[in-house]
Amino acid sequence: MSFLTVAFAALFYAATLLLVVGLARRISLYWRTPAPLKIPTTPAPVTQGGVVLRMFREVVFFESLFKSTKWTWLFGWVFHMALFAVLFRHLRYFTEAESIMAVVTFVSPLFKYLAFAMIIGLLGLWGRRLFVDRVRYISAPSDHLMLLLLLLIGISGAMTTFVAHTDVVMVKAFFRSLMTFSFSDMPNLPNDPFIVVHLLLVAVLMIIFPISKLLHAPGVFFSPTRNQVDNPREQRHIADWARKLEQ
Amino acid sequence: MAKADFEIPELKEFPEVPPVVPGTMAHSQPFIAKPEFQESLNFPGELVDDWHDKAIDAMGDLLGKYRSLQVYLDSCVKCGACTDKCHYYLGTSDPKNMPVGRQDLLRKVYRRYYTFAGKYFPKLVGAVDLTKEVLDDWYTYYHQCSQCRRCSVFCPYGIDTAEISMAAREIMDTVGLGSKYNNEIIVKAQTIGNNLGLPEPALVDTLGGLEEDLLDDTGLEIKVPVDVHGADVLLVTPSADFFAEPHIDGLMGYAKVFHAAGISWTLSSYASEAANFSMFIGSYANMKKQAERIRKAALELGVKRLVVGECGHAWRVAYSFWNTLAGPFDFLDPNYPVPQHIVEFTHQLHTAGAIKFDKERNDGKVLTFHDSCNVSRASRMGDKPGGQYRLPRDLLRASCNNFVDMPRETIFESTYCCGGGGGLLTDDLMEVRVKGALPRMEALNHVIQENGVTHMAAICAICKTQFAKVLPYYGMGMDQIISLHQVVGDALVLGTPNQ
Ligand code: HEM
Ligand code: HEM
Ligand code: SF4
Ligand code: SF4
Repeated sequence: MSFLTVAFAALFYAATLLLVVGLARRISLYWRTPAPLKIPTTPAPVTQGGVVLRMFREVVFFESLFKSTKWTWLFGWVFHMALFAVLFRHLRYFTEAESIMAVVTFVSPLFKYLAFAMIIGLLGLWGRRLFVDRVRYISAPSDHLMLLLLLLIGISGAMTTFVAHTDVVMVKAFFRSLMTFSFSDMPNLPNDPFIVVHLLLVAVLMIIFPISKLLHAPGVFFSPTRNQVDNPREQRHIADWARKLEQ
Repeated sequence: MAKADFEIPELKEFPEVPPVVPGTMAHSQPFIAKPEFQESLNFPGELVDDWHDKAIDAMGDLLGKYRSLQVYLDSCVKCGACTDKCHYYLGTSDPKNMPVGRQDLLRKVYRRYYTFAGKYFPKLVGAVDLTKEVLDDWYTYYHQCSQCRRCSVFCPYGIDTAEISMAAREIMDTVGLGSKYNNEIIVKAQTIGNNLGLPEPALVDTLGGLEEDLLDDTGLEIKVPVDVHGADVLLVTPSADFFAEPHIDGLMGYAKVFHAAGISWTLSSYASEAANFSMFIGSYANMKKQAERIRKAALELGVKRLVVGECGHAWRVAYSFWNTLAGPFDFLDPNYPVPQHIVEFTHQLHTAGAIKFDKERNDGKVLTFHDSCNVSRASRMGDKPGGQYRLPRDLLRASCNNFVDMPRETIFESTYCCGGGGGLLTDDLMEVRVKGALPRMEALNHVIQENGVTHMAAICAICKTQFAKVLPYYGMGMDQIISLHQVVGDALVLGTPNQ
C-alpha cells in the first residue's frame, strides 16, 4: 500500500469518528436542553401534523428565507439542492446495494451537471457576502473560508468528473474496504492531484462540521420558534427545572 | 414638530435600507437601576467585582435551561437575511442594531468560552474575550431591542433575537447591571400590584371618576367595578388604562361592552396589572411571581373567567405563558378559553348578536390598525392561526365605515414595532424610540397621504403611549393614536338613557 493510501485511510477514519461523535453529542445536547416556554413564531400550526408540514417547507423550500430576500434564497436554495443531488450521486462510491445503484446510475448522467449549479450558487452567496455592506459587516474569516472550502471541493470534484478523470473503480474499492474493514485487499488510492485535493478537503469539511455553523443543519429541527405547536391555552407545557419552582 | 437634540429621520415615500454606519447609537444607554430595586429582585445591587466570571457562569446556566439560546447561538450561518428587518437598524444605520449584529455581541463571547473553535481559533471565528467594553456594548444594544421578533419571522431557522436579548439582560442582572426603568417597575408590580405603583384607594378613586365620565357621556350608570366577589369575569388590564391617554377611552369601551352584554365583571386591586415586565428582563422566576398574583386574585374573587385588556406583551405572557407559569386554571369555566383577550370577548358577543354597533357614529374617522408585535408574532386569538389579525379587524370593520390597512409588508406577521416595546418606553431612550418608529411612521404616512387616514387604532398600552409621544416628532398629531375599544365603545348601541 502506498503512503498516500495509508494516510488517507487513517484520515478518513479519524474524520468519520469526529463527525459522528461530534454530531451525536451536539444533537443530544439540543435534545436534552429543555424549552421551558411556548415560543413558536405565530401564526403557527395548532397541530403536530401542521408543525411537520411547516418544518418540511422550511427544510425543502427555505420558506422563511424566500419571504426574506429573493437573491439569497435563489443562490442558497440552488446551492443546497445541487449539493444534495451531488451527494446522492456519490452513493455509488459507497454502496453495492443493487436497488440504490440502479437509481443512482439512472440519474447520474443528468445529476453530474448539477456540480455547476452548486458552484454558481456558492459564487452567488460569496458575492453577496463580499458586496452587500450589511452581510460583509457580519462576516468573520471563517464565513469566507467555509465558502472557499465548499467551492474548492466542488471545483476539484468537477475537474475530476469533466476534465482530468480518475479511476473511480479504484476510489470505490478503497472506500468499500475502509467501510468493511477489509485491509488485506485494500487497493491503492489513485494519486491524481484533483481527487487527492478533493478527498483532503472533504475530510476537512467532515472534521469541522460539528464545530462550526454547519450545525444549522441539525439546528433547524430543534428551533423552538419553528417546531412548537401553538396550543399553550389547551395544554400545560412545563420544563423539569421550572417544575422545581412550583411549591 | 417636537423638539429633539438628535436628527429625526426623514419619511420617505419608498422606504430604503440604509448603508451601514457603525457606532451611530453607541451613546444610547438607559439609566442603571438603583441598588434597592436590584436587591428586591434578588439581583446584586451594583456591578459585582467578579462580574466577568459570574457572567460567563450565568451564560452557561442559561445555555442549559433554554434550548432556544443554545440552538440559536450555534446555528446562525450569517446569511444576512435578517439584516434589514429590524426597525432600529432601519432608523439608525447602526450595524449592531441588525438582528444578527445584536446576536453576535453575545455569540462572540459564547464562542470564546463555550466552543472549540472559539477557544483555540478566536480570530478565525470572530470570538472575543468578555471585556468591560463588550459588557458596555451589551448594555447599550440589548437595550435597543424591543424583543419584537420581526427578525425571527425572516430567519431561515427562526432565530429569535428577543430570546438572545432576554438572556443577555438576565446575565447583566445577575452581575448587578439592570435597567432602572424595567426593574423599578417590576418591583412596583410585585409589591403594590401595578406598574404605576397605584395603591388600592387611589385606584378606587380613579375608577369612580371614570364612572362619572361614563354617566356624563351616555346618561347611563355604567360601572367600572373593582374587587367584586363572585363576578363572572375578572378583567386584568395594563394599569396605563386607568389614566393614560388614549388608553382610558379603551377602558371605558370595555366597560360599555360589559354593560351592553349584561355580564358581571370586576377588576382586582391586588392584581391590577396585566403587564409583566419580567419577560423583558428574561426572568422566569419573576415572571412567574407576577403571573401568580393573577391566579390568586381569580381564586379569591371566585370568578369564572379571565379576560385580558389591550396590551401586547401582556397578551403574550397571558396567552403563551400563564398556563405554564401559574396554571392549571382548572377552577375556571371550561367553556371559555383561559385567558381570553378582550377582543375575543367582544368579537364573540358581536358574532352571537348580543351587542350591536351603529357604524355611522364613527363616520368622522378613517381608521387603520397597528398590529402589535407580541400579539402578531407570539400569540393568537380565536381558534385558527391568524385570528390575531382577523378578529381586531372584524371589530373595526363592524364598528366603522372607513377602514384601510397599511401596506402588507408592514402588518400581520411582518408588522413593524412601534419602537417602544420590550422595556424601552422610557425618556432616557427617546432617541432610539423616535428613530425606531420610522418604518411604522412611513407606513402610516403612506395611508394618510393615499387614503386620508385620520386615526390609527391599537391594542397595546405600550404602543399607545409610544405613538402619542412619537407621532409629533414626525409632524403628526398625538391624538391620531386611539384604543380599539374606544372605536368599539363609540359605535356600541347601549339602549336608552334612563333620564
Ligand atoms: C437539513 C439540511 C440543511 C438545511 C435545511 C440548510 C439550510 C440552509 C439555509 C436556509 C441557509 C441560508 C441561506 C444560504 O446562505 O444558503 C444555509 C446556509 C448554508 N448552508 Fe445549509 N442547510 C442544510 C444542510 C447543509 C449542509 C449539509 C451543508 C454543507 C455541507 C450546508 C452548508 C451551508 C453553508 C456553507 C451555508 C452558508 C452560505 C453562505 O455563506 O452564505 N448546509 N443552509
Ligand atoms: C468521502 C467522500 C467523497 C468521495 C469519496 C468523493 C469522490 C468523488 C469522485 C471520485 C468524484 C469524481 C466522479 C467522476 O469522475 O465521475 C467526485 C466528484 C464530485 N464531488 Fe465528491 N467525493 C466525496 C465527497 C464530496 C462532498 C462532501 C462534496 C460536496 C460538498 C463533493 C462534491 C463533488 C462534486 C461537486 C463533484 C463533481 C460532480 C459529480 O461528479 O457529481 N464530494 N467526488
Ligand atoms: S427582536 Fe425586533 S427589535 Fe430585536 S433585533 Fe429582532 S427585529 Fe430588532
Ligand atoms: S437570518 Fe438567521 S441565520 Fe441569517 S444572519 Fe440572521 S440570524 Fe443568522
